[in-house]
Amino acid sequence: MSQIVKIKIAATGRTIELPTGLFINNEFVPSVDSQETLSAINPATEEEICKVVAASEKDIDLAVKAARAAFKNTWGKNVTGFERSRLLYKLADLIERDQQELAELETLNNGKPVRIARDFDIGDTVQCLRYYAGWADKILGETIEVDNKTKLAFTRADPIGVCGQIVPWNYPIMIWAWKVAPALAVGCTVVMKPSELTPLTALKLSQLVKEAGFPPGVVNTVPSLGHVGGAALAAHMDVDLVAFTGSTVTGKKIMEAAARSNLKKVLLELGGKSPNIIFESADLEQAATWAVLGTLSNSGEDCTAGSRVYVQESVYDKFIDLLIEKVKSTPVGDGFDDAVTNGPVISKTHFDRVWGHIESGKREGAKILVGGERRVGSGYFIDPTVFVDVKQDMKIVNEEIFGPVLAVGRFSTEEEAIELANNTRYGLGAGLHSRDANQAMRVSLALDAGTVWVNQYDILHNNVPFGGKKQSGIGRELGKQGLDEYISVKAIHWNFGEKASWPV
Amino acid sequence: MPGVFTHQFANESFNGQVNINTGLFIDGQWVDGSGGSTIDVLNPTNGELLAKVSEGTAEDVNLAVAAAQRAFDTTWGHNTPGSVRGILLNKLADKMESQYDALCAVEALDNGLTFQWAKNADVPASIATIRYYGGWADKFHGKTIETDKNKLAYTIHEPIGVVGQIIPWNFPLLMLCWKIGPALATGNAIVMKPSEFTPLSALMMAEMIHQVGFPAGAFNLVVGYGSTVGQTISEHPLIEKVAFTGSTVTGRKIMEAAAKSNLKNVTLELGGKSPNIIFNDADIDQAVNWAAHGVYWNHGQCCCAGSRIFVQSKIYQEFLEKFTKKVKSIKVGDPFGKDTNQGPQVSQLQFDRIMSYIESGKEQGANIHLGGGRVGDKGYYVEPTIFTGTKPEMKIVQEEIFGPVAVVIKFEDEDDVVRQANDTLYGLAAAVFSKDIDRALQTVNKLKAGTVWVNCINVLNHNVPFGGFKQSGIGRELGEYALSNYTNVKAVHVNIGQKMF
Repeated sequence: MSQIVKIKIAATGRTIELPTGLFINNEFVPSVDSQETLSAINPATEEEICKVVAASEKDIDLAVKAARAAFKNTWGKNVTGFERSRLLYKLADLIERDQQELAELETLNNGKPVRIARDFDIGDTVQCLRYYAGWADKILGETIEVDNKTKLAFTRADPIGVCGQIVPWNYPIMIWAWKVAPALAVGCTVVMKPSELTPLTALKLSQLVKEAGFPPGVVNTVPSLGHVGGAALAAHMDVDLVAFTGSTVTGKKIMEAAARSNLKKVLLELGGKSPNIIFESADLEQAATWAVLGTLSNSGEDCTAGSRVYVQESVYDKFIDLLIEKVKSTPVGDGFDDAVTNGPVISKTHFDRVWGHIESGKREGAKILVGGERRVGSGYFIDPTVFVDVKQDMKIVNEEIFGPVLAVGRFSTEEEAIELANNTRYGLGAGLHSRDANQAMRVSLALDAGTVWVNQYDILHNNVPFGGKKQSGIGRELGKQGLDEYISVKAIHWNFGEKASWPV
Repeated sequence: MPGVFTHQFANESFNGQVNINTGLFIDGQWVDGSGGSTIDVLNPTNGELLAKVSEGTAEDVNLAVAAAQRAFDTTWGHNTPGSVRGILLNKLADKMESQYDALCAVEALDNGLTFQWAKNADVPASIATIRYYGGWADKFHGKTIETDKNKLAYTIHEPIGVVGQIIPWNFPLLMLCWKIGPALATGNAIVMKPSEFTPLSALMMAEMIHQVGFPAGAFNLVVGYGSTVGQTISEHPLIEKVAFTGSTVTGRKIMEAAAKSNLKNVTLELGGKSPNIIFNDADIDQAVNWAAHGVYWNHGQCCCAGSRIFVQSKIYQEFLEKFTKKVKSIKVGDPFGKDTNQGPQVSQLQFDRIMSYIESGKEQGANIHLGGGRVGDKGYYVEPTIFTGTKPEMKIVQEEIFGPVAVVIKFEDEDDVVRQANDTLYGLAAAVFSKDIDRALQTVNKLKAGTVWVNCINVLNHNVPFGGFKQSGIGRELGEYALSNYTNVKAVHVNIGQKMF
């Protein structure tokens, strides 16, 4: 089975034709040795949308072979930066053309509101592709002065090679672009494993990759279970780099597999338990708004979620009032309803996990100010929940919940705030709100996070690098740094004047 | 009311109509010149009138500067983020692509370069340059710099502001794109003077820039004479940077005017008399083909032309024979002819200058090995010409001719040829032909030129910098380097802990 299915979207009357096979060498094909499928579920209705082919280990191997052949023959150093640039611009144009259809498919499978999927996720995706299209013909090495009479020493920025990319279910299209764009811009080929929960838009995007004109084998898409496809890519002897976004637990397994196999380069974007600090001089109304945006966006299914909010004692009561008011105003519901900002969480398993954390918060003695009550009916909807009177050793303070749940704590001094903020094995994001410029500077330098927001939260740009410190990850995405991760530097020493002599 | 130039093309290369606004383009509007006068644009194939375009005056420059400043302060500059500036440039490239053949035809009509060259080289390179700089717009980062823990030090790359750009007639569209690409990518607002000899493609570009959505005032086009519009730009107190491509003589005037007025930043791309050194061990057949391209491309109207060809003695005879045969095969004629390699020179003035150099060569005792005359009796066609038997001090060896005239010089000693190659006020480009990589790279290191070609000549890429040593210019165009020409670096020192006593 790898045929095209017709997906009817009740809310808009649209019918989407979706190929359900594995995308290898620009063709949609069945598995070579397996009948396994993945069931794509609509989290708002709990119903199956369709089934897609699940790649086996053998399929992964074929995809890698296709990527390797393309890298050797039609991609890699066989194609100029100008051509890579042209193709990436074309792909961006096609995604822009099909943005409404892609947004509806994204909402159907992920649950997030259509307008947000279209205007933010896909809007950013188109810009991300254009951003990296702009880099493709600007990848520079250096000439290095050694001895002008005898040597020309220079570096070349080589593409690393075949890249296995494993993307998560929380921003399926956008994180696909974050991974694919820099890899292609540099000249790498890709074997992409989208999340087994949200494989559909990756398959649609594969059609656009072919339409844009990328040669066969440059991008291959192999939906599969993590422990099948993800593990196979991480352990494959002919994959040169594995890039993974997901949980820290899985990230560790991937790094282990990479080490045990061929020491492939590993890029990891993992979890977070990011602190958001509200100082007394902050514009409290704005800070509260950013705090809510920072935790509840995407139903809290965001690695940088500012899920620990620390408020300075002197403004605590005032801030909590503002915070609660905004939390209560969050419309949660079906993503096809334009009035909604938060859809359901992604799956039954995840729904149960988030509730497990909420229950633990209650058990460990935290106080609930908003939420904490299960909804009845179908769909994995969770209403925003705010915990106060939290202690540093509580699970809801230490562990990543990845749902619409905030834990709010207090502090007195700046030093205490910094200590509380940094007291985590994670280091992905952090925020601080203050109108004292010197304080803002001191604290932003002191926070152990890959991204620090000052008087803001959770806003990223395609040209600013993003990634984690500590156990939040290795390497950076976006910006020039995101591009550099896919480059392998070769140094060339060209002797044109030195005579060797032996023995020395 | 400014007019429209309409032209119907009907030839073996292009059939179609173009409509080109002939006014000045200031503040997003097409307007008459404030003096009410016009400039005649002539057809270089026959000297006849093609179009009348509005003539800009000093007053028009003032209006353009005011519009540019206003745009820079409100809708352009850093008021528009780099990612958006990049999108606009990308859209401009798309727009140019949608009028590809028309652009080729207008270049051929106005300048005389062949439609085939426009189609295969000039126009695609122009489009690629715009797209390339669109890609840079959000990537030209400043730096944060470690000093000590009491300070945050960083640089911001700011656009300069209102910049003047004066471009030549030899590659009208390409030169325009080399200039506006980096300037618009970095957020500067432009007052541009195209050559009065070849304004048509610039007028088309102004309309396209308007259509794709650049804010009014970000780009302004004032067609006029060097002595009026060019001079006004160079000495304008509110223009903070001027970029010029053209002759060294004019470049000097511009730099003087800049110095005398407000010390505006100056970058110059000037003339050249570039040496092409062909060693005994070169691939002779390839060297012949490249050398011909090095001189005769664009009718010799190329600042980096390898117009002094130095051939080592052992291969001199064979080279000269083969080179002569190659040059004889150059077809001179109608720019729209599918087989034409060389069209007319751009103007009567240029034609006269080239013929007078050929005269001086004869007078000073050089040998006309090939050519030396006019082709036909209409238009500005010159025979591809080869001089031999020259002496270093002859005018045809020292001075830039800017026409289809090569000087072929025999040499023996390697050090001596390098000395001769460098013995010029200019330093724009140079080429080395040799199969011995050691010798080639060592010679590269010794040549005083901004571009050195090895086993090729007169090929450029928009992402590789280009510019001159010595009197060939100041600054570099193309590549990442060009961005610096349009940037004011601001260093910021933020004190976060140092107490003053």
